[in-house]
Amino acid sequence: MKQRRKTNPELLGALRSFLPAESVLDDIEDVRPFECDGLSVYKQLPMLVVLPETVEQVQRIMRLCYTRKIPVVARGAGTGLSGGALPLEDGVLLSLAKFKRIIDIDVDNAMATVQPGVRNLAISEAAAPHGLYYAPDPSSQIACTIGGNVAENSGGVHCLKYGLTVHNILMLKVITMEGELLTIGSETLDSPGYDLLALMTGSEGMLGVIVEVTVKLLARPERAQVVLAAFDDIELAGEAVGAIIAAGIIPAGLEMMDKLAISAAEDFAHAGYPRDAQAILLCELDGTDAEVSEYIMAVRNLLTAGGATEVRTATDEAERQLFWKGRKSAFPAVGRISPDYYCMDGTIPRRQLSRVLKQISAWSAEYGLPVANVFHAGDGNLHPLILFNGNKAGELARTEEFGRRILQLCVEVGGTITGEHGVGMEKIDQMCVQFKPVELAQFHAIKAAFDPAGLLNPGKAVPTLHRCAEFGAMQVHHGQLPHPELERF
Amino acid sequence: MSDISSTLQQQVLQAFANKTPLNIRAGGSKAFLGHRAEGEAIDLSGHTGIIEYDPRELVLTARSGTRLSDIEAVLAGAGQMLAFEPPHFGEGATLGGTIASGLSGPRRPYSGSARDFVLGCKLLNGRGEIASFGGQVMKNVAGYDVSRLLTGAHGTLGVLLAISLKVLPKPASSQTISHPCSEVDAIAYMSRLLCKPYPVDGACFDGERCHIRISGSEQAVRETRTRIPGDVLPDADSFWEGLREQQLPFFKRQGTLYRVMVKPATRPLAIEGSWLLDWGGAQRWLYSPEDIDTLRHKVAQAGGHVTAFRGADKKIFQPLSAPMLTLHQRLKAGFDPANIFNRNRLYAGL
Repeated sequence: MKQRRKTNPELLGALRSFLPAESVLDDIEDVRPFECDGLSVYKQLPMLVVLPETVEQVQRIMRLCYTRKIPVVARGAGTGLSGGALPLEDGVLLSLAKFKRIIDIDVDNAMATVQPGVRNLAISEAAAPHGLYYAPDPSSQIACTIGGNVAENSGGVHCLKYGLTVHNILMLKVITMEGELLTIGSETLDSPGYDLLALMTGSEGMLGVIVEVTVKLLARPERAQVVLAAFDDIELAGEAVGAIIAAGIIPAGLEMMDKLAISAAEDFAHAGYPRDAQAILLCELDGTDAEVSEYIMAVRNLLTAGGATEVRTATDEAERQLFWKGRKSAFPAVGRISPDYYCMDGTIPRRQLSRVLKQISAWSAEYGLPVANVFHAGDGNLHPLILFNGNKAGELARTEEFGRRILQLCVEVGGTITGEHGVGMEKIDQMCVQFKPVELAQFHAIKAAFDPAGLLNPGKAVPTLHRCAEFGAMQVHHGQLPHPELERF
Repeated sequence: MSDISSTLQQQVLQAFANKTPLNIRAGGSKAFLGHRAEGEAIDLSGHTGIIEYDPRELVLTARSGTRLSDIEAVLAGAGQMLAFEPPHFGEGATLGGTIASGLSGPRRPYSGSARDFVLGCKLLNGRGEIASFGGQVMKNVAGYDVSRLLTGAHGTLGVLLAISLKVLPKPASSQTISHPCSEVDAIAYMSRLLCKPYPVDGACFDGERCHIRISGSEQAVRETRTRIPGDVLPDADSFWEGLREQQLPFFKRQGTLYRVMVKPATRPLAIEGSWLLDWGGAQRWLYSPEDIDTLRHKVAQAGGHVTAFRGADKKIFQPLSAPMLTLHQRLKAGFDPANIFNRNRLYAGL
């Protein structure tokens, strides 16, 4: 497919007046690596790519673009899964890749100040000598950067107990579209005025460009232990999750995988997963030594009483890591058994798990597309991976339709269209399902407060009301249009 | 249990049409906090009831006028709690006031703040429209995080109608260990604990003694008990409740009570007055003869900020920088274009 691309020699000259030549990319082969993020079904070459290395350079770039009304899309490591960093044909792609300095590890106050291009895992590595770590651990943590984590409010397998990015950051330095430097939040536990830190977190690059992040660090637990339980009925596995929580235990991690995911992960990571199980649960307990022993006993008993066919505790740290390796490599593992896969990211109230999985299974048969389910069971975040072959005519379209139905089902049962991957470009139409026009209008008002000209990552995250009207017209529900008050096109 | 949202909506629609200010209230327990808001009262105390609570989901949804004590009683019945340990400051405390004022108790540095536990809300905005944000699930990144923006906004962006919160199991066991020490030593000790994997959920220096609360499973508390110096504090629950509700003898002083927020390991500040340190040193309560501008100047040099929490009628909140104030005003206009809600309560013109 030949992509269209615009050029702007005047802007190029202005940027090159203060940025080194290698920091302004214009050649088609140089900008190609930036044409997509982790969701590669969406591709677009940017007009040009800039790679600044100082805050002042970012400010100058923003001012240049602001006065010329040129849109800007910020990008971290490009591991996002919703097309949030998809470039614009007539826009500047602002890469924060050169902002990779750890500025300070403040042990006395258990916090770290880092530049946005620092990798998630690198923060924990730098803090480790002090017995500290940064808690959110998205599966992509070896590659994804903290700036992107903030923009997407990334989660991970430990967020039931330790929270999402929003719970683990203290302060941001942000450049507005107009080039102004704002400090949002503070090094203290709260700050005057509105909680703009919460608003910025998960705002998908729509409100400002993050140039510095101060994160909270936690003491590394004395001990962590993981229990693996196998079930011959996925519904029983779901019940067991509820039983653990009802017993007053909050595991550090509580993950579920179904048969297809188990088999793919086992082929890939040789984690020792039982291939004949319909579902497995991985339940990690952490804390002090004696506390972990106490909880392990309790959890084993609950799992056995809940009908587990096998309950296994990792015998040492190596085996614990291996159990997790299987889970954390589930996505690439599924990538090996299918030419393509499409990862969904809905969250549901846990009690709806069985209903949702049955429906997904029925649709899987209807569409003829296999689904592997990976589930952050503790917090209800479901990742169905739809297996397809993009080279078969029409299969991507059918996959996307299947995916849309899954997300709409998540909303119907009281959940959400995205738990941790963000809306980006991918789920923009599903926003019309989850939110009413008055709510979308409120989101647009927030966007306008930060970026009145609408130049930061335009077209992502929040659909226009017209877009929803058009989407609604295609999806007439029970004979009624979702937004009858809007003019149709 | 009653839903009066349509009555409330009518009142807001009328106020919007006439551009008349509204003063949001329910139990009145936090009326002392902030500047005096203008306008006629819009009373949420009749908008009550727990709408949904399933202990296995760890989520509770209630109307904003529901008494905090009622919610805590229902949670306790299932062995659960509001983990941010909200202060009540009076019998009439409601969920809405708790979230609107964004206050958290002694557990805050260890388990999170009020806003950390907010999952979603239903809002009546300044145009009289009812909108829902967030939801009843733990992980949700669809749309901007409006429900957390509203937490601590002191009602200036709209009327909270209902709120969903994450709740947590109550720890099976808890003990408080205290030892006498100086302020310098207490700060250093509480800071060192941040790097220790102990189940600490409260740390306070009351001027004479450092109190460390440990909570968790029976085994966790027994094991940690031996690692913390000092004696077991008898009747610890009433100590922490007195701290949370500002009922300890320290808080019986005359004059303005200042809330000084600094990084927890900040050394004692050279400010004359009486100090009590909560939140492991991150939240410091102060009675001082110094004027607020001098206080703010000195605290700002340590990277902190000051609220005149009780006993002041002006300059209550730390001033915002010019660009931040502009941003706040634009946000306010986006929620409440006629500027009817809690006018001037937080900042003049907001």
